[in-house]
Amino acid sequence: MALFEATHLQKRFGEQVVLEDITLSFEEGQLSGIMGPNGAGKSTCFNVLTGQYKPDNGRVVFDGRDITGKSARVIAGLGISRSFQIMNLFDEFTAIENILIALPESINRSFNPVHDIQGNVSAMEKAADVLNKVGLSGREFTQASSLPYGERRALEIGVALASDPRLLFLDEPTQGLGADGTARLSELINELKKSYSIVVIEHDMDFLFGLADKISVIHWGQVIATGTPDQLRENEWVMASTLGEIA
Amino acid sequence: MNQRVAQSSNPLLTNDSGEHSHRVALTTQKTAIITKQMICMFIILGTFPLWSEWVGLYNYLGAEIAIWIIYALGFNLLLGYTGLPSFGHGAFFGIGAYAYGLTQLGIIESVWAGIFFSVLAGGIAAAVVACFISHRRGIYYALMTIAFGQIFWFTSMRWHTLTGGEDGLLNIHRGELNLGFFSFSLSETSSLFYFIFAIVMLVTVGLWRLVHSPYGKALQAIRMNEMRARFLGYNVWLIKWSVFMISGAIAGLAGGLFALVQQSAYPDVMSLHASGLIVMLTLIGGGFVSYWGPVLGAIVFFMARDTLGAMTETWLLWYGLMFMLVIIFKPEGIAGLWQDLMKRREKRQLKVNGSTENASGEAK
Ligand SMILES: Nc1ncnc2c1ncn2[C@@H]1O[C@H](COP(=O)(O)OP(=O)(O)OP(=O)(O)O)[C@@H](O)[C@H]1O
Ligand SMILES: [Mg+2]
Repeated sequence: MALFEATHLQKRFGEQVVLEDITLSFEEGQLSGIMGPNGAGKSTCFNVLTGQYKPDNGRVVFDGRDITGKSARVIAGLGISRSFQIMNLFDEFTAIENILIALPESINRSFNPVHDIQGNVSAMEKAADVLNKVGLSGREFTQASSLPYGERRALEIGVALASDPRLLFLDEPTQGLGADGTARLSELINELKKSYSIVVIEHDMDFLFGLADKISVIHWGQVIATGTPDQLRENEWVMASTLGEIA
Repeated sequence: MNQRVAQSSNPLLTNDSGEHSHRVALTTQKTAIITKQMICMFIILGTFPLWSEWVGLYNYLGAEIAIWIIYALGFNLLLGYTGLPSFGHGAFFGIGAYAYGLTQLGIIESVWAGIFFSVLAGGIAAAVVACFISHRRGIYYALMTIAFGQIFWFTSMRWHTLTGGEDGLLNIHRGELNLGFFSFSLSETSSLFYFIFAIVMLVTVGLWRLVHSPYGKALQAIRMNEMRARFLGYNVWLIKWSVFMISGAIAGLAGGLFALVQQSAYPDVMSLHASGLIVMLTLIGGGFVSYWGPVLGAIVFFMARDTLGAMTETWLLWYGLMFMLVIIFKPEGIAGLWQDLMKRREKRQLKVNGSTENASGEAK
């Protein structure tokens, strides 16, 4: 059985049906990709899966447990973490504070009024390790808002990694990165792939085809194809759709 | 001079110690329980009775400032740290004052009991209000705090049998402070001042600890990015609820002390105008950028009231103008100005370093 399964998801905003009927599954230890043209409903799909919105219909099961309509907090507590398409950092915190706040050591103590997390050696080392993992060693005490764009994106992934999630959702991690940054990010995700189950939304086909074990293509609020990169490459209709030629 | 500068920047240049100092830096981010700034503030405020008359002020002002420092520090937990604007906080200050008065007049003449009930009443009232507003943010949050503030204010005006209406509760005796081993009278303004000053120290140290705890960090995370905090697994609603309650309890404490000092409790402190004052002085002080913002704000406000007030009856106009100037030119307030000055000084020193040791810029 898959680690994560969503069946017949539907989501409307008023009159607009954004997700018609989405059925997806993500396997443990794999990198699953989601592709689709602008406005296809990819981010909305993530938002439904991670608890931002309740689906109007359908079921979401994580690790054999029904999490349909559960809050973002509860879903996060079960070991699902995510990054956002639009940058979502704690800007006035330093890089290491951004990681610290996302560690279970902090979250489990969210009502502890006396503990000093920045004086907690093991938490600090853990946070430094996470920064190291995403290539931000040496930036520990730089304020997040003054990091260059590429490093901010890396920090976002670091924040999502900090809880050591069982499943990691990344929403268009390459957005706004140049070719150079994209290449470096690709390397990073390739590295993370070895130890995490990951789902990535991506526009950049080359990027995703090089990384993913399995890709689902969303269009008009439906999954129009699922397969390995090789299988999809042969599907001309899918190629046209993701390139936006029949959008 | 040059020699010294060159020496001090040397360790940064040798590369093999770089790794080492890096590790040390990582493990020494501990927050001190007592800081230099704290001691500085305690000394300035604590010696107030010794020099106040010498500069034309009076002891009573010290007590007032001390009370408002407590109030403002608690308020800034909400405004500066969590980013939640309450324009109705006067309500909890007022409730604390009434609770103190009612305890003295109706239950028992004891300072401790009065303070206990002030904190309790402020906290409970705030906890109830927080139930209705904690799912909100920004302008809606602010509007709802105004609405609740007005309800409390109106109630205090009209519930004559309990609050004494517009006149308020009068003749609250200052009484004796029982410390177990001995007790002393609080009728002297200076002993009263030192009693309140002791509470200021407790609150200052306690809140300093709190804002550096995981809870305090969560508050700041909510201010910066509430949604992200939720997706990390923080119980955002409960944290917002609890910080409002804590802040209300501290306002209640300040209100209780106010009733003790004033020997009365009246609806004025609950008015929209009074609630606006705490927002204004916290902002002028720089509550958004510094823990010390509200302290500076309280000191500046009361000093301005007494010095400007002595010169002109329209002092509030001048103070209002000052507020506008701060908001327009330096929204980070007095603390922000101070931080800028420090940064500029640091830069200048760095420049000195740079001209003597070329690589020190690189080391930074
Ligand atoms: N909260 C919302 N309220 C109303 N409409 C929404 C909301 N969120 C998304 N939509 C609409 O849903 C549609 C799909 O948006 P979504 O962001 O999921 O697309 P996407 O596939 O992620 O696109 P992109 O590639 O541009 O990120 C859009 O038409 C958008 O306007
Ligand atoms: Mg999107």
